[in-house]
Formats: sequence, structure tokens, C-alpha cells
Amino acid sequence: MCGAPKQGGSLAGIDLTTQTVIQGSVWHDGAPVAGAYVRLLDSTDEFTAEVVTSAEGEFRFFAAPGDWKLRSLAPVGRGEQMLTADVGLNETTVAID
Amino acid sequence: MSRNDVLVTADWAQENLGTPGLVFVEVDEDTSAYDGGHLEGAVKLDWKKDLQDPLRRDFVDKAGFEALLSSRGISNDDTVVLYGGNNNWFAAYAYWYFKLYGHENVKLIDGGRKKWELDSRPLSKETVERPATQYKASDPDLSIRAFRDEVVASIGSKNLIDVRSPDEFSGKILAPAHLPQEMAQKGGHVPTAKNIPWSKAANEDGTFKTDEQLAALYDEQGYDDSKATIAYCRIGERSSHTWFVLRELLGKPDVKNYDGSWVEYGSLVGVPIEK
Repeated sequence: MCGAPKQGGSLAGIDLTTQTVIQGSVWHDGAPVAGAYVRLLDSTDEFTAEVVTSAEGEFRFFAAPGDWKLRSLAPVGRGEQMLTADVGLNETTVAID
Repeated sequence: MSRNDVLVTADWAQENLGTPGLVFVEVDEDTSAYDGGHLEGAVKLDWKKDLQDPLRRDFVDKAGFEALLSSRGISNDDTVVLYGGNNNWFAAYAYWYFKLYGHENVKLIDGGRKKWELDSRPLSKETVERPATQYKASDPDLSIRAFRDEVVASIGSKNLIDVRSPDEFSGKILAPAHLPQEMAQKGGHVPTAKNIPWSKAANEDGTFKTDEQLAALYDEQGYDDSKATIAYCRIGERSSHTWFVLRELLGKPDVKNYDGSWVEYGSLVGVPIEK
């Protein structure tokens, strides 16, 4: 019921006419970061959700249209990325310096 | 009850792996996490398969809990040390559940699996076998569990704490945003509930804030110490996190977790909802 779906992969079965999907990957030093924590913060900087990236460094959220911030935390460091999402697929990359 | 009785640090946990009388138990939302590597010697509880009735929406009963803990090799006099992913949501849920069935010594690892991983501490893939026990549970302690009728009757009188994110509280989204937004229930919150997200009680690495910070947080949000309290979220796991903070860390009396939470309340016919 509450199990986070496997991160990344196929969009099959996801209705992109109703869902606002925010997805992408976390990168550091030219490579994707597996096992990074990525949290989705709302426009007031409050926690909305958190996932752990897949072996390919991918994450995915089901949000709502509006402004969001992604923040990634991993043993190698932290990164942030802002985005404005619309209904449908919204893709981005979070870089850890 | 104080912080040192209910919470251990990752350092303490690492030093005490394998200590007789301690049983480390991982409880996750993503139940495959354990299989990819766990604390050495830790057993797994699947919050869904092991802790929920397979047919009805409810807990396993007393006999089921006894059979579960016996099969995991947990004795009544063991100290159970819980940890998990998602900032300890389901580990806190299991903590509350163990208390409901009367287990005396239960602790959480501060920061859970997240802090453990961020610290790059060792994980083991070895299969853990513990000899079976004869566990005896107590009757469920309903002084820490709220049901729907009590929630409706508490509108305007008790502290109702909605610990979901502000966007769930307002009805903008219906579930935490790592899940598809397709739910039958209405969006919104229980009238007179205050929105004090669980996340305000935790640091980014998943550890709990200090007692002073926590006391200030609930004070600022208008928590009334003279009233009984019911915490809820969507399915009762994040509100277990807040229940742990209020009752076990801050020592507030008469705090219940409403595990039916928004999935139940938002589906009830005729109850009041605010947006």
C-alpha cells in the first residue's frame, strides 16, 4: 500500500494526463549516484516525500503542478535543484558538487 | 521515560551488535532494503506482511503477534532495537505496535537506516537465524490507539495533530509524493486539526531533534498540554513517529495514534472535512 515503487524505469501504467511526475537522476563527478536520498520540498521548503535512488541513480515523485525543490543527500555530499512542474512528465538532474 | 531509555545512537548500536539480550530488528516500507544489506544479526519485520491482518484492515491479533515474535526468536525479556528506512517511519510504527502488545524494552536507533548509510557503516547480507522462542504478548493497550469514532468526537476538544505534509493537509495531494496520486478518499483534514508535519521533528539525516527543539516546536504550534492528543497521518506510520516524539521523548500524557488515519477518515460517509 505504501511501498515506494522501484525508482526509475518504465512509465508504463502511469497516466501522464492526470499525474504530475517529477523524475530524474542524481549525478556526482560525471557518474550517477546510486543509493542517494532525494527529498521533495514544497514551495515553503517543507518535506513532501523522500526516495532512495536506484542503481542507475534515478528517482521519481508523483506531485502536483507548482514550484518544487529537490534536495539530495549522499555520503559524497549534497545537491539542490529547483523546478516548476506541470501535469505530465517533468525531468531534471540533481548535481552533487 | 526519557530519551536515553528509548533512543540509541548509531555508534551505540554498532558497538552493541551481537550483544546477548539485544535483538536488532529492521522494519521498512521498502521491504527489499533488508535483503540488500542489514545490520549484522538483525532480523526483518515486513510491516505489511507480518504486522497486518492478511484479510481485514487491522493488526495481527495477540496470538498472531506471539507467533510472529516466537518465529523471529524474540523473547519477552529481550531488548528490541528497531531501525528502518524512511526516517524510521515504520520502525516507529513497530515501536508503537510492540508497546501496544506490552513489550517492555524497546528502543529506536536514532536516524535509522538513513543515518547508518550516510555514515557508510557496515551492512551484512548474511541470513540471520535465531532459535524460536515462546513469546507471550499482553492484551492490546488501547490507551495508545485511537479509533474513528473517538476522532470524530474529539473535533474541537482534543489536540488533533495532522502530521502529513502541508500539501496533504490542504488536500492538494492525497499521498506522500513518492506514491501515485490515485486514491478514493476525499482530500483535506479533520476539522480543528493542527498541521505539525512529522518532518519538523527530525533532522535531515533522520535523527530526532533535541528535546529542547521538540518542546519549542509543539509549544509554538499551540499544542495544549491540558488536553488529550490524537495524532494521525495517511496510514498511521508517520503519526507513530510523532506519537514517539510526544509520548516517549517529551513524556506527554494521553497521546494516541489513530492508525486508521486519512485513508479511513477521508473515506467515511458523512463526517466533517476541512480543506
